[in-house]
Amino acid sequence: MCGFAGYVGHVHDADTLLTQMTAAIAHRGPDEQGKFIVPGAGLGHARLSIVGLGDGQQPMSDETGQLTIAFNGEIFNYVELRDELRAKGRRFRTSSDTEVILHLYDVMGEDCLSRLNGDFAFALWDQRRRRMMLARDRMGVRPLFHTQKDGTLYFASEIKALLKVPGVTAEIDPIALDQIFTLWAPIAPRTAFRNIDELEPGKLMIVEQGRTSIRTYWQLDYPHRDAPPPIASEAEAAEELRALLTDAVRLRMRADVPVGSYLSGGLDSSLVSALAAGMTPQGLKTFSVTFDSAEHDESAYQQEMASALGTHHRTVACHEGDIARVFPEVIRFTERPIIRTAPAPLFQLSGLVRNAGLKVVLTGEGADEVFAGYDVFKEARVRRFCARQPSSRIRPHLFRKLYPYLPGLQQQSVEYLAAFFGANDAAPDDPLFSHRPRFKTTSAAKIFFSGDLRETLKGYDATDELAGRLPDAFAQWHPLNQAQYLESRFLLPGYILSSQGDRMAMAHGIEGRFPFLDHRLVEFAARLPPEMKLKGLVEKHILRKAAGDLLPPRILDRTKQPYRAPDSQAFMGSGDLDYVRECLSEKNIAADGLFNAKAVAKLHQKCSTQPVSGFRDNAAFVGILSTQLWQRSFAENGKRAEQAA
Amino acid sequence: MAETVKDKVRNFIVENFLFGDTSYQLADDASLIENDIIDSTAVLELVAFIEDNFGITMSDADIVPANLDSLARISSFIETRAGSVAA
Repeated sequence: MCGFAGYVGHVHDADTLLTQMTAAIAHRGPDEQGKFIVPGAGLGHARLSIVGLGDGQQPMSDETGQLTIAFNGEIFNYVELRDELRAKGRRFRTSSDTEVILHLYDVMGEDCLSRLNGDFAFALWDQRRRRMMLARDRMGVRPLFHTQKDGTLYFASEIKALLKVPGVTAEIDPIALDQIFTLWAPIAPRTAFRNIDELEPGKLMIVEQGRTSIRTYWQLDYPHRDAPPPIASEAEAAEELRALLTDAVRLRMRADVPVGSYLSGGLDSSLVSALAAGMTPQGLKTFSVTFDSAEHDESAYQQEMASALGTHHRTVACHEGDIARVFPEVIRFTERPIIRTAPAPLFQLSGLVRNAGLKVVLTGEGADEVFAGYDVFKEARVRRFCARQPSSRIRPHLFRKLYPYLPGLQQQSVEYLAAFFGANDAAPDDPLFSHRPRFKTTSAAKIFFSGDLRETLKGYDATDELAGRLPDAFAQWHPLNQAQYLESRFLLPGYILSSQGDRMAMAHGIEGRFPFLDHRLVEFAARLPPEMKLKGLVEKHILRKAAGDLLPPRILDRTKQPYRAPDSQAFMGSGDLDYVRECLSEKNIAADGLFNAKAVAKLHQKCSTQPVSGFRDNAAFVGILSTQLWQRSFAENGKRAEQAA
Repeated sequence: MAETVKDKVRNFIVENFLFGDTSYQLADDASLIENDIIDSTAVLELVAFIEDNFGITMSDADIVPANLDSLARISSFIETRAGSVAA
């Protein structure tokens, strides 16, 4: 797990530039740095040594010197691939997974991607064809960004490396801001930075003879809603799922350093930890974050699971004030505004892992997308159920059952419940049906956009763009699969795996591994009948069935508690921190021009005086504060550089 | 001219839910939910405002969109209830 940067084209003083770009992402790879420069291309690499500790230096060339790679991530099936290649006469000089990609590319060209089971982003220079291939893993675990400047393509694991390129500046993309304040994340390839794109998950980019092309090598697909189920019985499906998940964990335990595990106290990370513990004779190390407020804390479940597994368990407490303290640093790593503070405790958690001397952790992330764990899936089902009988005064009570952890909702009348969830809005043909209430509630925070920003965005609708990005087959899928696609294809890579995932872990040089996102498991789950995933209103049914014997009943039977952290209240506590006051001052808000300064002042005042804030006010507060921090972390550096020049 | 019930309610909504945005054209019969002006927490803020300012105690059965989902409905509810209290 590492970071890399590079270019294709002509660069003045390439050595210095690559040094600067690599230094900007040194937190991703503190163990070693390396460079490769030839006429017309360059690669820089910052290495976190996990596999092939002594001989995996990068950028790495093959024995002919014609192929050179800079690689971030892991190829988990590299042992099997290396055995296959050896059987075909290939000789290996190192014990690393990096070299396996070089050989596989030499044999198969860009089709080698179909053989890789892993979380990866890489740049591979083929001197024979003078061509650069950039590729990113199927689900978007590892990041890869790029931009063009004066005819040269620059790329890097994080945008902060691209900002080292002379003339590349940080300017907020207003469309991206609108997408974040609607969908929670920009729609890739767009990023928060104007003129800087990301390579989308499951895609590869070829740069050859001055031409750039991007193509899809893998995409998430679901069967036609009327197709007969490929698996007849639940028992059979559970058995296959257990075997696949066990193998996914087994492959992800491969490392030349110890592998630990996050343990949230929920079903998914408990299951992964249970499987991993069975493969760690010396005892698994597990890590959790705890909260002061009972509303967010899951430590009783974490302790129960750690005791049941006999793991060496460590926790970090997220106390009042901690989120506010680390938030500026969090935004420097997310590199985008966010509307929730949830990444901040994960930033603390990866710090705990680092202090414990580990570099690699397994997590349960991905199970909610793959096996339909999120409330939004159940909510869509209840909304359809209500819409069939709009006059019912009984059916909307189900919304209370879905959100037992939201006290404000428990107190609402049936009529309000129905109205808030749009329960009587029958729109079965709306491709975004499942997510409309979430998008609508989040969009309400745009009331704080300035007049100028609203004018810039006039006529733009982020949900229209999202609907326009759906594949042709989408309309033929079962509604649950449609909702899963929206989560898996957009929010997962755009927020969960990036702002909460890679960025928070790599801020402390920690590699997260995600067994539930093994593509074999993802493809298997996509084929399952929807009722095996969401049975009535019981989420991840088949996963519970497959894992029944591995977990204590209290963990196994738990209803999902979404991972959340205190939002606007996290910044109020014992008075504003200086940076919060400065970021939200009328003068600075007005100067940056993105938000209505007077309205923001009223919001700040309201959040300071009210004990509880609603979703809209929380999202707006965190979104505005993080946008202002983004401006200070990135855009103002650019302004200063311009002024100095 | 004396401030009407509707004026008081409008001012409360503009200040607390629209954060002073007077450019927002809040029609008397516009749905507060449909137009993303209130969420579940804001409904409870609205109830507190009515109780604190108009001497009305709202029962759970009163807290429904039919009474509270537009400026006109809120004003009408307050006037009816305040009138019955005065009588």
